Amino acid sequence: MKKSVLLVGSAVLATAFAGNAAARDGISVVGSSTVYPFATVVAERFGKTTDFSTPKIESTGSGGGLKLFCSGIGVETPDITNASRRMKTSEYQMCQENGVTDIVEVLIGFDGIAVANSINAQQFDMGTKELYLALAKMVPNPDGSEALVENPYKQWSEINPDLPAIDIEVLGPPPTSGTRDAFAELAMEGGCKQFDFIKDMEDDDFKATCHTMREDGAFIEAGENDNLIVQKLEANPDAIGIFGFSFLEQNSDKVQSSIIDGHAADFDAIASGDYGISRPLYFYVKAQHIGTVPGIAEYLAEFTSEQAWGEDGYLADKGMIPLGDEQRAEVGAAVKSLQKLVLN
Amino acid sequence: MSDTTTKVRASLKKRYAAEKRFRFYGITAIAASIGFLFILLFSIVSKGYPAFQSTFVKLDVQLDSATLGISETPTSAEMRAANFGGLIKQTMRERFPEVSSRGDKKALYQLISTGAEYQLYDEVAADPSLIDTTISLWLPTDDELSALIKSDADLSNPDSIVTRMSDKQIAWAKSLKDSGQLEVRFNRTFFTNGDSREPELAGIRAALMGSAFTLLITFALSFPIAVAAAIYLEEFAPQNRWTDVVEVNINNLAAVPSIVFGLLGLAVFINFFHLPRSAPVVGGIVLSLMTLPTIIISSRAALKAVPPSIREAARGLGASPLQVVTHHVLPLAMPGILTGTIIGLAQALGETAPLLMIGMVAFIVDIPASVTDAATVLPVQVFLWADSPERAFVEKTSAAIMVLLVFLVVMNALAVFLRKKFERRW
Repeated sequence: MKKSVLLVGSAVLATAFAGNAAARDGISVVGSSTVYPFATVVAERFGKTTDFSTPKIESTGSGGGLKLFCSGIGVETPDITNASRRMKTSEYQMCQENGVTDIVEVLIGFDGIAVANSINAQQFDMGTKELYLALAKMVPNPDGSEALVENPYKQWSEINPDLPAIDIEVLGPPPTSGTRDAFAELAMEGGCKQFDFIKDMEDDDFKATCHTMREDGAFIEAGENDNLIVQKLEANPDAIGIFGFSFLEQNSDKVQSSIIDGHAADFDAIASGDYGISRPLYFYVKAQHIGTVPGIAEYLAEFTSEQAWGEDGYLADKGMIPLGDEQRAEVGAAVKSLQKLVLN
Repeated sequence: MSDTTTKVRASLKKRYAAEKRFRFYGITAIAASIGFLFILLFSIVSKGYPAFQSTFVKLDVQLDSATLGISETPTSAEMRAANFGGLIKQTMRERFPEVSSRGDKKALYQLISTGAEYQLYDEVAADPSLIDTTISLWLPTDDELSALIKSDADLSNPDSIVTRMSDKQIAWAKSLKDSGQLEVRFNRTFFTNGDSREPELAGIRAALMGSAFTLLITFALSFPIAVAAAIYLEEFAPQNRWTDVVEVNINNLAAVPSIVFGLLGLAVFINFFHLPRSAPVVGGIVLSLMTLPTIIISSRAALKAVPPSIREAARGLGASPLQVVTHHVLPLAMPGILTGTIIGLAQALGETAPLLMIGMVAFIVDIPASVTDAATVLPVQVFLWADSPERAFVEKTSAAIMVLLVFLVVMNALAVFLRKKFERRW
């Protein structure tokens, strides 16, 4: 019996080593966990409505995805990477050095970041300035002088008398999350810039001041799982949560969006840009693989078809905020001609 | 009475009390662990059981070739591109002719799952003669409607229902239910489909097959290697500094965090040997590295437990050292070795961290058919569903955990069965 097991084992290994030289028959996609829920919808539909096999989508994070994507050309590297931010120049350089020279950039839409609390509590109406004052480690001295002090605010009403007199308790994503990066850049920096003396700081100091969250328990890192944050908000009406817009939409019977600078996070406000805390979603395609791996061009066509990324498309149903008509036409045309991305 | 007896008598009560206390602690400990186990199982089962049912709607679909946009004898490409979605929308519009505004129509279409068009396609592709006839079909509904029907809510009183569905949608659902067009059935899709972004279409099959393939590779590699290593170390190797070093290293390896094996797998098997990413073959190799020490240690313990008298008797009757091992020691040690192997494999079954590094945390729709196809495994599927925004994935998550537990129980039952079968007492 043992002999046969050994035989099977070695046979399996042998086939595995021999089989890897053959070409892949399905598209391999890696990248951002924010784009993952949207890319998977397209991939599934693509697999079901065409004769190609369903693309395999890995959720590796934007940075991890780009690293894999730029590691070289060939079937063992991914064909497409999703990203919830634009490719950095350093990443572009790495791609070039490794022979990945023909990259097509596709901007697919936007993702809003919601600030929300339980539907049973009072809706918050505030600005990014209040968010910054509530959440940053160092804030301007409340007496008005141009000096930074450790965040002294314990209750929302201390920041703005119009806000409720409850303890500041905000649940948010950990630093490893792309949502956190985007929140820091859009909401926290937005609030920071309203103080002139912080705005005039050196770049590094500015970032350190604006991006560092307080660590005295008022801001709680609740992990990567946005469902968990929603559950905690439901249980604790005094808490506020920060999470992706699609989770707000799916749980609109449990949580409500706060009004930030005059607008609640809803579809129209994010699409028009009135609601400021939203980020672009991209994916990048290795044009050199078109022709080698079957289906890439068709996958691109499906993703950029009106029924997918259009205003009434199925991606919008899943919570992605589509681009405007003109921008969609522009990106669509660039994708069709496989325009090469150039970054300096 | 002697002095000692008095002393013993005096302390007797205390000693009995100590024993009683100890027994009480033991029973409390067991009761607590059983209690926690029940809480765990109860929460999983109570959340997960709705996932095994889903709601279907009965529609009379007129397979009009003009609406579908195909000829009477369509080619396969024509068929794929056919407008089945439009056909279902038309059927819904005819069922509710009073719906006219664009927003209302959109809300109406949301009641039906996108899986309905795929099912319609399958029916027509299997039998093209159906074109231009009317067929009556049970089609899957959207997850929200499904949850509403399964919860047995009072549809005539929309205010009492906590749901994201609008009052209009609830009224349509009531109309469908009253005319007997809605039915809750066993959810076969859950066991036949791969992953999907639509909760009502998502299934566990791809992950189950992925787990099976991965464990097969793990078993095929780790079992023979570990048993051979254990036999050599226990029966043949000389006792010297070198074997001591090997032993210490094996014990250390058993405690290495599993993510380290994932990094190794990425560097060696994928980057150096160019094995495919996301494939069960790499997952199996990585997990067998992880389970090897566990099996070696338990196999050595099992071999050690075989009484030396058996070895001596066999030797005395003229058996060679190899014959002693293969004819006597190994068969006697087999039950213990198998137990160790199953523990190791059970550990491998629940592992996710090393698989993250080699790309098995992925969205897999197509069911893997071989060890080199892209696949994912059960615990990873649990993780992916737990992270999905759609509410209906909560029950899918628990259902997937139940499937994982059943897999484990079957594996353990097999181990118990084999052990009982081979067990010998001396």
